[in-house]
Amino acid sequence: MAKITFITTDGAEKNVEGTSGSLMELATDNNINGIDGDCGGVCSCATCHVHVLAEHWDKVGPPNQTEADMLEFDDLVTEHSRLACQIEISPALDGLVVKVAND
Amino acid sequence: MEEKNKEELISDPFASLRQASGINQIDDNNDPVKMVLRHRDVRKCAHNYKTFQSGAVPGRIVVPSEVEIRDTRQIPFEVDPPEHGAYRSLVEDWFRRPLKEDYEKELKKLIDKEIDNAIASDNIEVVSEFALHMQSRALTLLLNLPLLEAETWIAWGTHVFRSEETKLDASKANILYDYIDQEINKAKNSPGEEIYSVLLNTEHDNRLLSHEEIKGIMILTFAGGRDTVINMITNAIAYMAKNKKALAYLKENPENVGRAVEELVRYFSPLTHMGRVATEDATVCEHAVKSDTRISLCWASANRDETVFENPNEVMLDRKINPHVAFGFSHHKCLGAHHARQVLKVLLLSLAERIESIDITDKEENIETWGEVKRKVGFHKLYANFSSNK
Repeated sequence: MAKITFITTDGAEKNVEGTSGSLMELATDNNINGIDGDCGGVCSCATCHVHVLAEHWDKVGPPNQTEADMLEFDDLVTEHSRLACQIEISPALDGLVVKVAND
Repeated sequence: MEEKNKEELISDPFASLRQASGINQIDDNNDPVKMVLRHRDVRKCAHNYKTFQSGAVPGRIVVPSEVEIRDTRQIPFEVDPPEHGAYRSLVEDWFRRPLKEDYEKELKKLIDKEIDNAIASDNIEVVSEFALHMQSRALTLLLNLPLLEAETWIAWGTHVFRSEETKLDASKANILYDYIDQEINKAKNSPGEEIYSVLLNTEHDNRLLSHEEIKGIMILTFAGGRDTVINMITNAIAYMAKNKKALAYLKENPENVGRAVEELVRYFSPLTHMGRVATEDATVCEHAVKSDTRISLCWASANRDETVFENPNEVMLDRKINPHVAFGFSHHKCLGAHHARQVLKVLLLSLAERIESIDITDKEENIETWGEVKRKVGFHKLYANFSSNK
């Protein structure tokens, strides 16, 4: 079980809980604005872009090469960008806070 | 799941050029095109709209060029940011409707009827009697029009926008443009809840969208989603016929249908490429691109890039990481992708649920020629028998 907070672009915070699957699936299951997951999680669309709070970066770690290549051409990329579809939910993520990149 | 075959359904004819130079130089109506072949270069150029624009003369970014047959600008397709985003936001919600549960249910009803017909037919011709019907009838859902309207589009045949003999055919294209004019005018006189009426009531830049802008959106909707979806459906049938275990796999693993959709779309790449016009002298993959000349983003080649995809020429229905560009990339990614994905998803699940096997009896391949490269994109004709599992 992991408690995770999404902050959408309007500043609203939503706390959700997950046990398995990806962070993208957790977001879409909970109707988090700005997380669409159009490609279903195969790292093809970048519609699940999140900015991980700097102090929580160690919880998720850096993207792999495929994900980093995808993020490289995203206008909203920051040094703490991740694609939520590539983050697996685990107890280690408990307390994670991410900001949703897109509206 | 992975299946290996001696003969590939859709091969990768760009491989040697992609590896050697990264570019395929072609002529097109005296307006040459450098086809960009590598995955990274394709994404980089797609993202760089300032240097490689879509907002050139209407029709020029399409290859073969449509400059001689069309003055109407397709929207938001032939508009660059930031105006592109403003237009796209007007129609984005409408084109996301396919994700709704009731839409998917209606789509399943339509697709099941086509499968009923295929089962009942002896030796059905898949392109004109299955894929065209399915594409046209599914489009009535996207546009929120009566199902009967699809009969008009079906009657146009599979070569409405380009004739078979000559690549550019203004009289053929005018069938569509005149039809759209007529439908917009009909909605002006008798508003309803279909797409034309919705667009007529949509504001852009503190004014209502003009007739020409609506026409541009509708040309894109009809033209962009016709051959591509027909090829996708036809290739899916050919794939299922060739790979006998695939339907059983999807029946046992329906939760993996999303990955199967992405993988088949990657492998088929129903749209081979799309052009851009350079706004300044540039370099792509160490090749000089002069200002006011064309490049194209070759989705089909990028989707087989061996530096990105493991076993790129194999269909792996459960491929987990699949950064394909079959729906384009960056700002101009396909507006109709939600609809296309739903069509293929529902089709695959319904076939898996109902069909024991598909057998091809005859075929005529649809081969495109891009300079020295010939690429099979689908079929002109595909005859098949569908066997029900009941």
